[in-house]
Amino acid sequence: MNIGLDDHQRRVVEGASEFACAVLAPQAGANEQAGKFPRDVISAMGERGFLGATLPEAYGGLGLDPVAYGLLVAAIEKGDCSASRLLTVHLALVAETILKCGSEEQVRKWIPPIACGEKICAFALTEPDFGSDAAAIQTAYTAHGGEFRINGRKRWISFSGIADLLLVIARNGDAVSAFLVERDSGGLSIEPQNGLMAGRACHISEVVLNDVIVGKDQLIGQVGQGFAYVANTALDHGRYSIAWGAVGLAEAALDAMVCYSRKRKQFGQSIASFQLIRGMIAEAVTRLYAAKSLCWRAGELRKSASPEAIVETTIAKHFAAGAAFRTACDAVQVHGGNGCTSDYPVERYMREAKALEIIEGTSQIQQILISMHGLRRFGRG
Amino acid sequence: MVESNLNIFNSGVEFSDDDNIFRKGFVDSLFAVQLIAYLEAEFGIKVGNKDMDIKNFNSVSNMVSFVERKRQEDGGATFSQ
Repeated sequence: MNIGLDDHQRRVVEGASEFACAVLAPQAGANEQAGKFPRDVISAMGERGFLGATLPEAYGGLGLDPVAYGLLVAAIEKGDCSASRLLTVHLALVAETILKCGSEEQVRKWIPPIACGEKICAFALTEPDFGSDAAAIQTAYTAHGGEFRINGRKRWISFSGIADLLLVIARNGDAVSAFLVERDSGGLSIEPQNGLMAGRACHISEVVLNDVIVGKDQLIGQVGQGFAYVANTALDHGRYSIAWGAVGLAEAALDAMVCYSRKRKQFGQSIASFQLIRGMIAEAVTRLYAAKSLCWRAGELRKSASPEAIVETTIAKHFAAGAAFRTACDAVQVHGGNGCTSDYPVERYMREAKALEIIEGTSQIQQILISMHGLRRFGRG
Repeated sequence: MVESNLNIFNSGVEFSDDDNIFRKGFVDSLFAVQLIAYLEAEFGIKVGNKDMDIKNFNSVSNMVSFVERKRQEDGGATFSQ
């Protein structure tokens, strides 16, 4: 169902589905075990334009609108969540933020190499002691003439292990600002994180900044606007991308659940004939449709640049992440013992879906934001 | 829009056009991004990188002045407060 897409957008989304089936899905499990997302796959995504999907065609992007981008993310997620997470980090969190908050010179300089995947991006906000309380980050910067010196440690930074460019959020007293930091900057080091439940192929690392110097031309937005405007713009884009990723993951888990339940025989018949299995399928279908509808609605609001798009994106992310996790858990349940082995993808889906309830704002942070909206909007007499 | 997006839930709280809404804690973390989207959509202005000064947005009065200035720069109509 690709209603409302023009021919160009429909071709891109269909191409992404084919790419996900042919290239991503067959190696997703192996990539996770190897703990890396292959460079040649990133290059292939860049060649197809996926890494610049929403960026203007004038800068080498595909110019997809928000709904088409969402469908692209869902299609890619069905093949390999790591590829979808790359889109979220590289494109939604960083590239779209540079486009929105950067100067004309910064856009002209950075967006073309990002759009084609020549430069891979990561978003460095979270720290060892500051996750949900992101406004309290401690990574510090000081100004020296026309330069800034940054010191601190970031954690849980997806794709920082291979990124060429990091959008780093740091503070100077009460002023929080955002900086583009190149990987080869002196004083920057990357320490891979291990023992992860999810995102094992996402090159998640700690980023250590030790007297890293950046120029004034690497400041994104104005001094002091790094959290209220830049980071929150990034997180809004990231949440939208994650919401659609959750739709893709919920659909992948539903596909696996239905496929297995048809083939698996117990008591002399396919387990799909049992009402308790059908109950799980019915709930999974309903959740998928509801999640997709919320994401689609948020996408239409984003297309029309409605201010309502921001809170509706939060609602979509909250619901879709929960839907993906519950459906993935039920997919494991339908698979029984087989669902608990890496011979089937559902245990990976379950781990990755749990992470969706945490990244880009935990479900509890989304609930706080949504409840504020509810308190403002309803029951005012 | 501004008032309907402020976190004022107690009927006794007073709010004026000159109050600093950020200092008074009337807004949540989504507010700044929502506000810019609103100003752009409602008044047909483009809030650029160089406009991102908190002084433009920290009170209703300052927002009105900012929008007036942007509309004048763009050659558009002004509006009365």
